[in-house]
This record gives sequence, structure tokens and C-alpha cells, in this order.
Amino acid sequence: MLSLLWLVPALPLAGFLILVLGGKRLSHQAVSVVAVGSTGFSAIVAILVGATHFRFAPGGGAYSQTLWQWMRVGDFAPSVTLSLDALSLTMMLVVTIVGFLIHVYSTAFMAADEGYGRFFAYMNLFVASMLILVLADDLLFLYLGWEGVGLCSYLLIGFWYKDRDNVRAALKAFWVTRAGDTALAIGVFLLFTSFGTLRIHAILENVAGYPVGAPLCNVAAALLLAGAVAKSAQLPLQVWLPDAMAGPTPVSALIHAATMVTAGVYLIGRMHALFLKAPTALFIVAVIGATTLLLAAFSAVTQHDIKRILAYSTISQIGYMFLALGVGAWAAAIYHFVTHAFFKSALFLGAGVVIQALGGEHDIFRMGGLRRRLPVAFWAFMFAALTLAAVPPLTLTFNSKDLILNQVWLSGRSGAVLWALAAAGSLLTALYTFRMAFVVFLGPEQTRPMDKPPLWMLVPFAVLSLLGAVIGVPELLNALTGVKGFYYYLDSAMSGPVHEFDASVTEWVFQGIYVAISAIGIALAYVFYEHALAYVRSVTATRVGSLLHRLLFAGWGFDWLYRHLIAVPYVRVARLNRGDVVDLLYVAVAHVSRGINMLLSLTVNGNVRWYAAGVAAGAVVVLGLVVLL
Amino acid sequence: MTAIVPVPVGLTVAALLFCIGLIGVLVRRNIIVILLSIEMMFNACGLAFVFAGSYWLQPDGQVMYFFILTVAAAEVSVGLSLVLQMYRQFGSLDVNTINRMRG
Repeated sequence: MLSLLWLVPALPLAGFLILVLGGKRLSHQAVSVVAVGSTGFSAIVAILVGATHFRFAPGGGAYSQTLWQWMRVGDFAPSVTLSLDALSLTMMLVVTIVGFLIHVYSTAFMAADEGYGRFFAYMNLFVASMLILVLADDLLFLYLGWEGVGLCSYLLIGFWYKDRDNVRAALKAFWVTRAGDTALAIGVFLLFTSFGTLRIHAILENVAGYPVGAPLCNVAAALLLAGAVAKSAQLPLQVWLPDAMAGPTPVSALIHAATMVTAGVYLIGRMHALFLKAPTALFIVAVIGATTLLLAAFSAVTQHDIKRILAYSTISQIGYMFLALGVGAWAAAIYHFVTHAFFKSALFLGAGVVIQALGGEHDIFRMGGLRRRLPVAFWAFMFAALTLAAVPPLTLTFNSKDLILNQVWLSGRSGAVLWALAAAGSLLTALYTFRMAFVVFLGPEQTRPMDKPPLWMLVPFAVLSLLGAVIGVPELLNALTGVKGFYYYLDSAMSGPVHEFDASVTEWVFQGIYVAISAIGIALAYVFYEHALAYVRSVTATRVGSLLHRLLFAGWGFDWLYRHLIAVPYVRVARLNRGDVVDLLYVAVAHVSRGINMLLSLTVNGNVRWYAAGVAAGAVVVLGLVVLL
Repeated sequence: MTAIVPVPVGLTVAALLFCIGLIGVLVRRNIIVILLSIEMMFNACGLAFVFAGSYWLQPDGQVMYFFILTVAAAEVSVGLSLVLQMYRQFGSLDVNTINRMRG
């Protein structure tokens, strides 16, 4: 069964090829069957392979399947090899299952779009690239998937390319992530020149021989981190994600919430042995995570556009994952990735349902009172929101964020400061989540929904929401009965420093604090946005309030900063260099040649005797040279 | 057979003849005279060959002169027919009137 692993990325790739080659000749129906079928079968194979691997984990926990050798240049021989261990198994299952459900949702969401076939071709290519990224055993192969998802992200953000703003958002996403990709590529080169191989396992084995804090490890880890930061929309390269919401909502759910943006988390998790040898880089990871989660959460509180709220929320939640990675709690980061993939894509799908029901309305303050009209969507959205805000016992996945907070507290050095930042982020998370949920679904009705959402949009939405709420059950059993759950399963593959509280009483106290934080956040949201909206408006109308609001609304002005720090000077230099200074040399060569040409063409006067004189003079010169030299 | 004329003198005469022919080609405009000058250059070359052959006591120099003579005869026959055509077309023997392939 394990040998079927290659089918997992191959099926969506085949679907992509069929859709691209078929183009407009394929009927609407055929496109749906190919797109949903390929991802569906891919998910089934992934589950079967995963179950087999889980039961009979091959020696060392990693199963690898070499398909063929990619190329061979001297000692450099990257191979197309898939590798399955606890980490890539988790990622593979999330990508295929969430991918499949979102494909089903998209058949209804995109039904009326003229680019139906194109959309699913890109989506299938994305799923295939993402699977290559998580299953690759070779850094070069991983890089192929890394660039593949970047390409699909660009194509899908700019999917409605007739609107200039969408194209601009797509280009922005491409350029910003490109900055990180370059750093990642340099990191890969560095690893190759140092170790002579790009096989991840071989590199990690080599790294084990280095002392902690070796310069090579720190530099390589920092370069990989730069790539991860750009891809995962972390400070200071987070600016592209809110704009990326220009793409269709299923794209935001799949690419910009569940899977691609967590590629950075995966990369750091995959290379965790390298990061353990690079404490400086690891500490930077933690600081980036803590800062990002807080700044993004502040921005999320001020947004009006439902998709931008979710985008900032995604940045913030990935910040939690980075924070967990930064303190070495690999398993906690991946666990939070799993739950986040489910509940955040559910929230996006819910946003899509609401947006479509209201005829393309994005502003939450023009929604409201949708509870009666869209009951299924209301409940599914609430479950996902509760999971995001981490409220037990309504959701059973409340502890994914708490695990991170516990590990941060226990990580020792500077743990308390980071913990305080993350806890403040928790409060904001509950606040912005329920601000959105209450404003959209409760209160007076603002806009009447046009029609009932289609069944095939509600079903995947509800399933994802439910999965998000119950996926933490094994973990909960671990906490209550001591059964070794998912956390320990992951930890077996990614050994890291696992800290435990001295007494279970302390753990319960912390658990109580987290619940209280979430409850306070929700209560604040209810009071402010259900009963005292006028008060909130009056606060933001004051001078300081409006300044702060504008700053947060613009995402802390990073766009403004980059425009004035990078874009404007660049344009100025380009304008100065309009004549192209470097080119002058080559232009001069051309001018001199042309001058000589004009001089020589004077001699071509049609006078045969003149030519004969030229021949004679030449002969005299040559003879003279022969005689004299 | 004794060498009546020493080799350096003979070669100098050949070189002088060649230069006179060359100057004739370059400065005269009458095409008949130009052809005449070319004949002169041919014969200067032939003279040099003969002197060289007699210097090394080889018959090759004189053999070469026969070839030159043949080529010169062919050249004169083709050249004179061209001159004839030129005179019919342009009514002049001045080469400057036919410099139309300029530039």
C-alpha cells in the first residue's frame, strides 16, 4: 500500500494536465468530474497510505520512494524521491482532505464563472505542487514544489485579471514572496556547497556533527527562515497576504489560509535539526512569531472587509506557529497548523457563502442578522469561530493554541515576555473573531440575502468546521487520560525539547487562564459590537482614536513604509538612469564603427584605377613589412 | 652560354618596367594605354622569371614565361573585345565615363 505514495501528487497533476490540454473543449460537467475526482482519489490514497504507514511505520519512521533520478552533473545527483514520516504524513493528509473539500465547494462557488476550467486547472496544479513540497525528500525537489505553489498563488490571486487591482495584488504577492525565495535558494546553495548533497535526511545527519551555534548553521538557518517568512506572511514580509484576498474565496481558503502560507512552518519543522544548532536564528523565529501575531491581531480588529479580517487572522495564527517553532515546540506548531487548516478554511468558506448570498458584499457592517436567513452557515461559522477563539467545551480543539502558550512559558529564557505577548494575542483573537461573527450574524438585518446558498457549498463548509472542532479529540484524551495522542506521535518524528509542568495543578491553572482570556475577548466583542457600537464609533472618531484606527487599518503602515523605502527610491534611480549609464560604452563602440564605415565608404567611388592604386599601395606596404621585418 | 647581363641589373630592369606599367595603369585614362601598361607589367614579370631561372640554371623560368605569354594573349583578346563594346556603348575610350558602379 505504501508504494502507492506516488499517486498522491500524481493524480492532481494528471487532473491539471487533462484540464489544461482539454481547455475549452471540456464541458462544465467534465471539468468538475476531473478536478474533484483527481483530488478526491488523491485524498483516498493519502488516507490509505497514511493508515498503513501509521500502523507499520517502517524503520526510523520514514518511508521513502525513489521514482527516478532527476539529473546528474558530477556529484550533484538530485533524485525525485518522496518521503513519508509523521510530519509529511500530517501535511499530506491536511492538504488532500482540505483540498478535496474546497474543490467540492468551488464547483458550486465558481459555477457561473467563465474561467471555470482555468480555475480548476490552477487549483489542481496547486494541490500537486503542495504535495510535492511536503513529500519531497530532496531540497531541490522541495524547491520545485515551493515555486509551484508560489506560481499557483500568483495565478489564482490574479484569477479575475480584468480588474487591474487584482493583477496588482497578484504581482505584489509574487514579488514579496520572490524576495524570500531568493534567500531560500541561496540557503539551499550554501547547504549544497557545505555538505555536497541536497537530501534532507543526509543534510540533517551532517548537521548533527556541528556544535551548537556554528556560524554555518546560523547563516543557513537564517536564509531558510527568510524564505519561510516571505511564504508564510510573517513580519516584515507579511504585506502581500491581505491584498491576496483579491482572489476567489476558495483560493483564499485553500492557499492563503490552510496550506501554502504554512509552507514556511513546514520548512522550519522539516529542517528543525538545523535550527536546533542555530539558537540565534531560532530565537529570531520566536520573536518574529510573537511580534507578528500581536501586530496582525491588532490590525484584524479594525478591518471592515470580512476577508481581510480573516487574512490578518491567518497572519496572526501563523505567528503562533512560528512562536512555537521558535521555542522548539515543533509538534505544538504542527498541531496548531492542522487545527488552523480546518477551522480557518471553514471560516473562509463561510465568508464565501455570506459574500455570495449578499451578492458580493464584503463589508461586515453592511451584513448583519444573517442568523435567521442562513442558519446552517451560522452554526458552522460559529463552530469555526469558537475553535479559533479556543473556547472549551463547545469546541474540542481549544487546546492547540494553549499547548503553544504552555511551551512558550516553559521555554525558560524570555519565555514569560513571549508568553505575555501571545496571551494578549489570544485576547485579541477572541475579540476580532467574535466581532466579525456577531456583526455578521446577529443584530439587525442590513441586507437581505438573495437566495439560499447551494448545498455543495454548505456541506464542505460544515464538514470542515466540524472536523476543525473535533480533530483535537485524541489530544484531549491525552490530557485527560494520558493516552499518547497526536502530539506525541509528531514528537516521535521530530524530537525536540518537550517541557512538562511540574504539577498538573499548574497546568489546570494555566488552562483556566486561557479560557478566561477567550471568554473576556468574546464578552468584549459582544458588549462593544452588539450593544455599544456607537461608543466604539465615538472612540475611533476622536483624534488619537482615528489616528490609531487608521494606522491599524493600514496594517501598521508597512505598505507606506515599503513604498517610501523601496519603491520610490527605486523609481527615482530608474528615472536618473533613463539614459542607461552602463549602455553608453556599447553605444560608443557602435558610433566609432559607424564613423569608420563612413570614412571607408568614401573610397568606394567606382573608379577602377583608384582601386588598382589601393591594391598597389597595399602590396607595397606588405612588401615593405616583409623586407624590413 | 655566359651571363652577359648580371642578375641584379636584370631584376632592376624588370622592377622598373613593372613600375612604369603600374604608373601607366594608375594615371592614364585611355583604356587602350591601360591595356598596354598591363602588357608591360606582364612582361616585366616574365623577365624576372627568366632571370631567376637562369640564376638557378633551371628551365622553369622560361616555361613560366610561356604561360604568362598565353595568359597575356587571352587577356588581350578579351580586353580588346571589351574595349570595342565600350566604344560602341559610350563612344569614348575614357575609363572615367564608365565609373557607374560607384558606391
